[in-house]
Amino acid sequence: MTSIMTTSKPITPTRTPSAPGAAQVSLRGVDKEFIRPGRSGETVHALGPIDLDLRRGEFFAVVGPSGCGKSTLLELVAGLSTATRGDVTFEGKPIHNRIPDGVGVVFQEDASFPWLSVRENIAFGLRRIKIDPKERERRIENALAMMGLTSFAHSFPAQLSGGMRQRVCIARTLVTEPRLILLDEPFGALDQQTRLLMGDEVLNLWRKTGATVFLITHALDEAAMLADRIGVMSARPGRLIDIVETGWPRDRDSRIVQEEAFGAITARLWRSLRAESMKAIGKPEVEP
Amino acid sequence: MTPKKRAALWRIALLVGAVGGLEILCLSGHIDRLTMQPPHRIVMDLVALLAGGELNGAIAKTLRNAALAFVIAMVAGVSFAVLLHYLRSLRDMLDPVFATYYAIPMFAFYPLLIVLFGLGDTPQIFIGAMLAVVAVIVNTLNGLDRIPRVLLKTARVNQLSAWDTARLVMLPCAAPHILTGAKLAVAYSLIGIIGAEFIMSTGGMGYEISFAYMNFDNAKMYPLILLILLVSIAINTLLAKWEKILMARRGLS
Ligand SMILES: Nc1ncnc2c1ncn2[C@@H]1O[C@H](COP(=O)(O)OP(=O)(O)OP(=O)(O)O)[C@@H](O)[C@H]1O
Ligand SMILES: [Mg+2]
Repeated sequence: MTSIMTTSKPITPTRTPSAPGAAQVSLRGVDKEFIRPGRSGETVHALGPIDLDLRRGEFFAVVGPSGCGKSTLLELVAGLSTATRGDVTFEGKPIHNRIPDGVGVVFQEDASFPWLSVRENIAFGLRRIKIDPKERERRIENALAMMGLTSFAHSFPAQLSGGMRQRVCIARTLVTEPRLILLDEPFGALDQQTRLLMGDEVLNLWRKTGATVFLITHALDEAAMLADRIGVMSARPGRLIDIVETGWPRDRDSRIVQEEAFGAITARLWRSLRAESMKAIGKPEVEP
Repeated sequence: MTPKKRAALWRIALLVGAVGGLEILCLSGHIDRLTMQPPHRIVMDLVALLAGGELNGAIAKTLRNAALAFVIAMVAGVSFAVLLHYLRSLRDMLDPVFATYYAIPMFAFYPLLIVLFGLGDTPQIFIGAMLAVVAVIVNTLNGLDRIPRVLLKTARVNQLSAWDTARLVMLPCAAPHILTGAKLAVAYSLIGIIGAEFIMSTGGMGYEISFAYMNFDNAKMYPLILLILLVSIAINTLLAKWEKILMARRGLS
């Protein structure tokens, strides 16, 4: 993996270049250790060292065995936690345990507010953003339409299915018009067919918004179908052991699962992951 | 008919039966008039009492003081619970106190409170608030403990301040539990105020009941007891309705 940062040094320090392909997020030598609860001082090495550049506008997926530190990685990029070692930057500025503007996060668990209607949930994303009421309405209506929630605007999350609640969370992020969208296994709880369709919707919004998408998933086929590049992580402490370029066209959809290349990509991912997944479930490597 | 509806019908039947039975016992002379008035008489007395207006002052005083005790208990209880939620060690220290709190006979301290606060309304309001506040704290803490972590992360991602996180995420999320605390707080405030008026006071419904009792004035005593019952039930029903709406919204009926 070549560092893009070194090749395109920004000449003017005021604003990072918005050319597609420029590094938007970069991680350098990033490690995360947790203090093991209960025992004094003992630490768990959860992640790293990680070096990674996310290009502006790309769709990057991360796959890895369970517990390898995928959510930990996402929280570092989101600014929800601080790296034990190394640097994380977003658009050239370091992230120090502070959520940068322009980043939207959809979590692994359902994060819709059960006391707010769908519409109010989505409007919540706009609380901090100063825009005139008309623009506000436009963004909310847009997000509702894009996520297929228009006729459920006045429903409460409890009246929706799990997949629809996740779509509410995505919509709440969309209204802020993020330049980077972080998705942590957003469809983990859904059945296979629904997941494929939700994948199409994510591709759609990626194309329409032009945002960078960073998707964590445990489903190899999902990664192979959606991403431009796929990072494969080792068992804990998670490191990147492979980065796969898929070479899909930008206007792809779930029908590419029928293509030959799709099978090849999935097979390569599994080759990289098999041994790591065995480690993650506590079995020794049998094959050389 | 749903089992719930049937239970409600039985409840009403039981109430009608009990009141009707009382009525018959009173009218037939098995319960003499000095002990108790027949129920229909109590209702008539109550109407007359309210229409006459002679006790309006006492009723207003009690309700005002109970409302004050309730509001103090709610504001102090919810704020203190949020504080305790963040201060783990203080909470660990106080948890056993909360667990045994209602074993303390609060009214035993009443004379002390009079020494401290004088003979006015303050010691009564204090007792009402003190009785109610722990129910609010315990229930609010219970609600705060159950806030899913992912909602707090969502608050951070949306760059909410600590104040906005408490106001817009934590408290709404804990609202059903806080409402449970509020229902108890209504009851405890009324008990505190009326009990204190009973012991040592120169006004209020509790004082009037005890005064009527001393003077065998059943035409005043029973209607006042009935009024307290009605007020307490009405407020509780209202809060329960609200609680039901909140729960239904969240798919928990
Ligand atoms: N706050 C924490 N304190 C201590 N250890 C933690 C903490 N958060 C995560 N860990 C540990 O770090 C490791 C990585 O956790 P993480 O949640 O990032 O894994 P993951 O890849 O997202 O797993 P999954 O596929 O189950 O979502 C795990 O072993 C976990 O136990
Ligand atoms: Mg995870």
